[in-house]
Amino acid sequence: MSSIPAKESHTTSYPKFIGRSLWLATEGSFAFYAWMTMLTALFLVGANAWANQVAGGMIGTNMTDQVSWGLYIANFTFMVGLAAGGVMMVIPAYLYHDRKMHDVVIIGELLAIAAIVMCLMFVVADLGRPDRFWHMIPVIGKFNFPISMLTWDVIVLNVYLLLNLHVCGYLLYMRYLGRKPNPTWYIPVVMLSIVWAISIHTVTAFLYCGLGGRPFWNTALLAPRFLASAFVSGPAFIIVSLILIKKLTGIGGLDGPIATLTKIIRVTILINLLMVASELFTEFYTGGSHVSAAKYLFFGLHGKTALVPWTWTAIGLNVTAALLFLWPGTLRFRWRPLLVAACCMAFVGAWIEKGMGLIIPGFVPSTLHEIVEYVPSQLEWKVTVGIWAFGLMVFTIAIKTALPTLKHPAEH
Amino acid sequence: MTATENGSPKQPSTDRSLPVIENFTRRAAVKGAFATLGAGAFVAAISPLRQAAENSSAAEFMQTHYTELSPDQKGDVIARLEAETKEKYGADVTIADDRPIPGTKFVYAINLSVCNGNGKCVEACHKENNHDRDTNQSYIRVLEMPKGTMDMEKGSTTYSGTVPKDDKFYLPVQCQQCDEPPCVDVCPVKATWKEEDGIVVVDYNWCIGCRYCEAACPYHARRFNWKKPEVPAKEINPDQSYLSNRVRPVGVVEKCTYCLHRTRRGKLPACLEACPTGARVFGNILDPESNIRWILENKRVYILKEELGTKPAFFYYFD
Ligand code: SF4
Ligand code: SF4
Repeated sequence: MSSIPAKESHTTSYPKFIGRSLWLATEGSFAFYAWMTMLTALFLVGANAWANQVAGGMIGTNMTDQVSWGLYIANFTFMVGLAAGGVMMVIPAYLYHDRKMHDVVIIGELLAIAAIVMCLMFVVADLGRPDRFWHMIPVIGKFNFPISMLTWDVIVLNVYLLLNLHVCGYLLYMRYLGRKPNPTWYIPVVMLSIVWAISIHTVTAFLYCGLGGRPFWNTALLAPRFLASAFVSGPAFIIVSLILIKKLTGIGGLDGPIATLTKIIRVTILINLLMVASELFTEFYTGGSHVSAAKYLFFGLHGKTALVPWTWTAIGLNVTAALLFLWPGTLRFRWRPLLVAACCMAFVGAWIEKGMGLIIPGFVPSTLHEIVEYVPSQLEWKVTVGIWAFGLMVFTIAIKTALPTLKHPAEH
Repeated sequence: MTATENGSPKQPSTDRSLPVIENFTRRAAVKGAFATLGAGAFVAAISPLRQAAENSSAAEFMQTHYTELSPDQKGDVIARLEAETKEKYGADVTIADDRPIPGTKFVYAINLSVCNGNGKCVEACHKENNHDRDTNQSYIRVLEMPKGTMDMEKGSTTYSGTVPKDDKFYLPVQCQQCDEPPCVDVCPVKATWKEEDGIVVVDYNWCIGCRYCEAACPYHARRFNWKKPEVPAKEINPDQSYLSNRVRPVGVVEKCTYCLHRTRRGKLPACLEACPTGARVFGNILDPESNIRWILENKRVYILKEELGTKPAFFYYFD
C-alpha cells in the first residue's frame, strides 16, 4: 500500500481521507439504503417536532413546573452511560492486552462518539431558548465554572468527544495511509479516555446528587450506580452490533470479543442489582422523607401510579437478563439468539432505570409535596425518536468507515 | 449491508483512491440527488423555526449579560423592550432599572397564627407581576396543613371550601431569597444571582431555559414560561423593572423578586398590601428601628427546611 506522497501534507490528505470514507460509507446494498432512508425519515419527523416546540414554546411537552425535566433529560442521562460503557472494550484490549479485542476496540469508541452526539442533541432539545446556546460557550458567553455542575458536564462531555474522535480518526487515517499506527500518538489518549469515561458519568451523577432539596437523588450511591449500569448497557449494545456485523458482512474473529463482553456483563449486571437492592433497603427500611419518591416509583402514591408499570418492567427485564447472563449456556454459539435477547433486555432495562425511573421520581412528589404526574407527550416522543435515529445514522456510517479495518486487522 | 459491498473484488476496500466503478458518475449523481432531497426535506422540516426567529430580533440575540451592559446599552435595551411590549401586547409601559439601596437587606416574615389561607396574596402577585392569565400563575403557593405538624408531606396546595378550617393552619411559600441559594449555584450561565439587598434575580434576556435552577430550588419558587405569557393590554401593570415584573419572554425562568420594582422605591410588596389579616411583615433587617427587626428578635421564629443549609431570608413565626 502506498504511503502519503512526498508533496502531499496531512492538511490535504486528511480531508481526502474523510471524503473517501464518507463516499464508501454511503455505498451499500438496497437494504442499507432502506435502513438509512428510514432513519432519515424518522430524523426529519423529530426535527420538525423540535422546530414546532421552539416556535410554540415548551408547552407542547408534558413537563410542568413541578416535573421540570422529562424524557429528554432521561435520555440524556442514559446516553452518557452508553458513551461511558462504550470504552468497556478498551479496558480488556489495552489494559489486559487482549489481542482479539484490539481489532474491534474501535467499535466501542465509535459508539461513544455517536452517544455523545445524541447527548448534546438531547440537551439542546431540552433548552427553553436554544437560540441562546452561545451563552454557554466559555469566553464569549458567561460560564459559571467551577460552581455549576452543568458547566463541568459540558466540558467533560466535549473533551470525551474529542478524545474519541482523535483515536478513531487517527487509527482509521493511518489505515488509509497504509501506515502502522504509532502507539505514542494514541495509546496515552486511549488510557485517558478510560479515566474520562468514568468522569463523564460521575459528573452527570453529581448533577443530580448535588441537589439537597431532592432526597431521591441525594445519595452517594448515585455515581457508582450510574457506572455499573453503564457498564451493562454499553457492552450489551456492542455485543448486538458485533453479532449484526458478523451476520451482515461475514467478518470473522468477532466471537472472542463477544465472549469477553458477555463475561464483563455477568459481573457488572450483578453489581448493578446489588446496588439497587442496597439503595432500596435504605429507602424503605429507614423511611422518612426519602421514602415517598421511592414509594411513588414502586407502588404509587395517593393513588397516582404513572411510573409503576415502567418500574416493574425494568425490574423484570433486569432480573431476567441477569439470570440469562449468569447461565453458562449463553456463551454457546447455538444460544446466540438468547444472548441477543438478554442484551436487549438489559439495554431496555437500563434505559428505563436510568431514564424515567431516575429523573421523574426526583420530581414526584415536588419540593412542596404536590404530586403532579408526568407522561411524555407525543411531541417529546417524536423528538426523542428523531435524535435516536440521527444517532444510529452516525453509528452506522462510522461503523461502515471502520469496516475495512475490521476486515483486515492491522498489526497494531 | 451485504457481504458484497465494500468487499467486492471490483472495489478493494483497502484501495485508497476513490473507487473506480463504471457507473461512478451516475452514482455520484444519485447520491447528490439524495443529499439535495434530504437537505431540502430538512429545511422544510425545521421551517417553523422561521416563525420563532421573527419573534426575536438580532439585537435581542446579541444582547450581553445585564451586568455587562453599559448605561447607554441599558437605555437602548429598555427602549427596545418597551417598544416590544407596545407592539406585542398593545400596552404603554415604563421599564425602570431599579438598583439596590445601599445599606438595605430585605427580609420577609409571616405570622402563621394570623394567616387564614384566603389566598389574596396569591392573586395580588399574579396581577402585580404580569403573569400569564391562562395558567393563572403566581409566585406564591399556600399549603393547608393539619395543626400539630410542620411536615409539608401532610399539607395540600389544592384545598377548597371556606377558610380557615378549625383543625388547619396555612403556610404560604414563595421564594425565600436564600443567603446560600442553590438555584444560583447551579445556573450554568450566571443568568441568576443574588443582589446586595438580598434579592435573587434573573436576567430574562440571558437565561437559556435549562431549568436546572427549578430542579435545585427546595421551595418550588421558580416558574418556567412554557408558552408566551398572555395578558390583556388593559390588565398589564405598566410600572415595571428590568429585573422584575416586565412581561417575560417565552422559554425562560422567573421568580419572586420581593417586588423590587416597588420595594426598592420605598413601597411594600404587593402580596403584603393585599393581605387582609396583616399576617405579612416586610422590611430592612439592617435597620434597628424596623418592625421586622423587632419581630425577629422577640418572636419564636422558624425557617423552612433549615437542614438544607439554604439560609432563607424569609421567616415564619407564631404569636
Ligand atoms: S427559594 Fe428557591 S428560588 Fe428562592 S433563592 Fe432559595 S433556592 Fe433560589
Ligand atoms: S433556567 Fe435559566 S436561570 Fe435557571 S439555571 Fe437555567 S439558565 Fe440559569
